[in-house]
Amino acid sequence: MTDQTASQPSSKHGSLLAVDARTKKRNAAETRFKAYGIGALLIGLFFLVTLLTAIVSNGSTAFSQTYISLDVTLNAEKLDPNGTGDRDEIAKVTTLGYTQIIAEAVANTMAANEIESPLPAGALPLMVSASAAAQIRDTVLADPSLVGQTVTFNVLASSRVDGYLKGRVTRESLARDRNLGPPHLDIVDQMLDAGVVEKRWNLAFITGADASESRPEQAGIGVSMLGSFFMMLVVLFLSLPIGVAASIYLEEFAPQNKFTDFIEVNISNLAAVPSIVFGILGLAIFIQIMHLPQSAPLVGGLVLTLMTLPTIIISTRASLKSVPPSIRDAALGVGASKMQSVFHHVLPLAMPGILTGTIIGLAQALGETAPLLLIGMVGFIASNYPDGLASGFLDPNSAMPAQIYEWAKRADPAYYERAWGGIIVLLVFLMTMNIIAILLRRRFERRW
Amino acid sequence: MNDMRQIERAVDMKQTKITARGVQVYYGDNHAIKDVSVEIADKTVTAFIGPSGCGKSTFLRCLNRMNDTISICRVEGDILIDNEDIYDPRVDPVQLRAKVGMVFQKPNPFPKSIYDNVAYGPKIHGLARNKAELDEIVEKALRRGAIWDEVKDRLNAPGTGLSGGQQQRLCIARAVATEPEVLLMDEPCSALDPIATAQVEELIDELRQSYSVVIVTHSMQQAARVSQKTAFFHLGNLVEYGETGEIFTNPEDPRTESYITGRIG
Ligand SMILES: Nc1ncnc2c1ncn2[C@@H]1O[C@H](COP(=O)(O)OP(=O)(O)OP(=O)(O)O)[C@@H](O)[C@H]1O
Ligand SMILES: [Mg+2]
Repeated sequence: MTDQTASQPSSKHGSLLAVDARTKKRNAAETRFKAYGIGALLIGLFFLVTLLTAIVSNGSTAFSQTYISLDVTLNAEKLDPNGTGDRDEIAKVTTLGYTQIIAEAVANTMAANEIESPLPAGALPLMVSASAAAQIRDTVLADPSLVGQTVTFNVLASSRVDGYLKGRVTRESLARDRNLGPPHLDIVDQMLDAGVVEKRWNLAFITGADASESRPEQAGIGVSMLGSFFMMLVVLFLSLPIGVAASIYLEEFAPQNKFTDFIEVNISNLAAVPSIVFGILGLAIFIQIMHLPQSAPLVGGLVLTLMTLPTIIISTRASLKSVPPSIRDAALGVGASKMQSVFHHVLPLAMPGILTGTIIGLAQALGETAPLLLIGMVGFIASNYPDGLASGFLDPNSAMPAQIYEWAKRADPAYYERAWGGIIVLLVFLMTMNIIAILLRRRFERRW
Repeated sequence: MNDMRQIERAVDMKQTKITARGVQVYYGDNHAIKDVSVEIADKTVTAFIGPSGCGKSTFLRCLNRMNDTISICRVEGDILIDNEDIYDPRVDPVQLRAKVGMVFQKPNPFPKSIYDNVAYGPKIHGLARNKAELDEIVEKALRRGAIWDEVKDRLNAPGTGLSGGQQQRLCIARAVATEPEVLLMDEPCSALDPIATAQVEELIDELRQSYSVVIVTHSMQQAARVSQKTAFFHLGNLVEYGETGEIFTNPEDPRTESYITGRIG
């Protein structure tokens, strides 16, 4: 029976059991297209993995730092010659006065661990970061009773020593270095064995302030993170209400005429304007005309608001448009006003889209560097924490991407690692924002 | 036939609720309604019939100014409800729509709970002073929408999760919850099964006690069953308007006859 039906198809379409040439061709095209898609996906994935590997392998070392634990004898003759024990008296000794104390401490520590070196005593403190003097002085000033005692300090090693432990610095590369030489590294090797030198997790990189060109081991991204934070506050609180209000007006209330068409076209164009143009606009308007302070997160935030607005308006309008018109009809049909129909029904439905657009706009603004260049937020050493809200908005500061750019520009190779590390911090922020966007989306969508 | 006569006599005594005079509607250059004049009686069901695209929905939407939301739509002529011109500049369409409720062709519940769907209108019009009163209004509306028994146990479930027919009855309940005086229904039963249709028709008949109901329908039987007056539209013209019994048994215009007997449509 089956044979018969297969060989003698009764309908003009032929047997369904045999695949005809046309169908074969169509199926082949579909298979090919799927293959292209998977190929494109794999290429994208490959680049993503390469990028992440590069970032993590280059940047992760920035999160650990080499410390030397020194037994520092706080010599009373040097620090408090008159023996008053008075804080103000001790404060007269500047960080320069601690150089000798540190040199002695290094020598003592070496002696205690039976480490010998041909180097003169004066060359030994070069292994220790220049920040150590300030660190010890601050501790002494906080507790003047320490003077005369021997206290163990964990001080930062200099960036060369740190680089040696991280594999960036070798004996060959140090051959022509004026500060540190191979004999220092011999000491470091022995100190490592003795457990005096240790590489540890370095929270200060995330919370700390930027440091001068010669102290990469001390530099952190914390202050510029605050700069970014205050900028984002400005952007959020200006661009979200302005953007959403503008979109609602344009989408729901504005009459359809030449003027609104003109505005619409211009908003789309603004979204494509290079960010540096917004930077120079900000420089001209906010700084030169309005005389707002240079390098201030407030100005940065204003410039980034200009940049973010088109993004937010476009995505908000798109999500308002995607709300089915039947919902508006339903609301108007039971006698809701236009405003009620928008705020009770359309806006809640458009919310996930609006939030996603806003967060993506904010994330873009967070990573933006070029406009900050023009208002002086780059090249500035962000070494002071803002002490309050007003100073957070108005005091000169940097921002994370500007800080990263700044580090990448600096000559010392130790800053290279910090630039990558900064990128990791920035990416963590961006990912967090995206996750928040997704979570908010979910939360709002659950209310259908 | 006998009860048809009775209805006819009843209609004669009803006073006019809506008067349309020389109404023209344009969508841009498209002349969708051509010089329609009609008087719609109070406490009566009036059916609009006619082939697809003849302008039934368009004319219906003129009666509560829903056409205002379509920017290219232009309405000319006079439409009076209770002798007040609803296109008078002093008329706020929002107030008008509270008085003239509407049920749309496609069920369009809000993406909110069943309760909120019905409660929304009364809430914005301030019809309830407290939660208990609102509960009462919602229950009454859902009962009138012939859907109470199906949803009474899940008032907090989303209205969009109901079946198409249930959604439409929910929309009817939502429309009657605001206590309108005129109820416009655009093919309210096109998504309903015969049982739900029968329920809605019963409901329409009941609504006639208090409202003026205008219903657009493609079903001749439905028009014959529920309406006392019928208007036949064709290509934007009101071809014939009169007692339902008259239109279906003894149409004056040959176009009406061919449509009813199934020759145009
Ligand atoms: N929003 C609109 N924009 C432009 N033209 C429209 C619009 N709505 C309706 N029209 C036009 O108006 C005419 C009448 O349409 P209408 O929707 O009133 O027909 P209808 O009688 O309700 O048809 P149906 O029975 O299929 O619902 C049609 O020619 C249609 O193309
Ligand atoms: Mg229609």
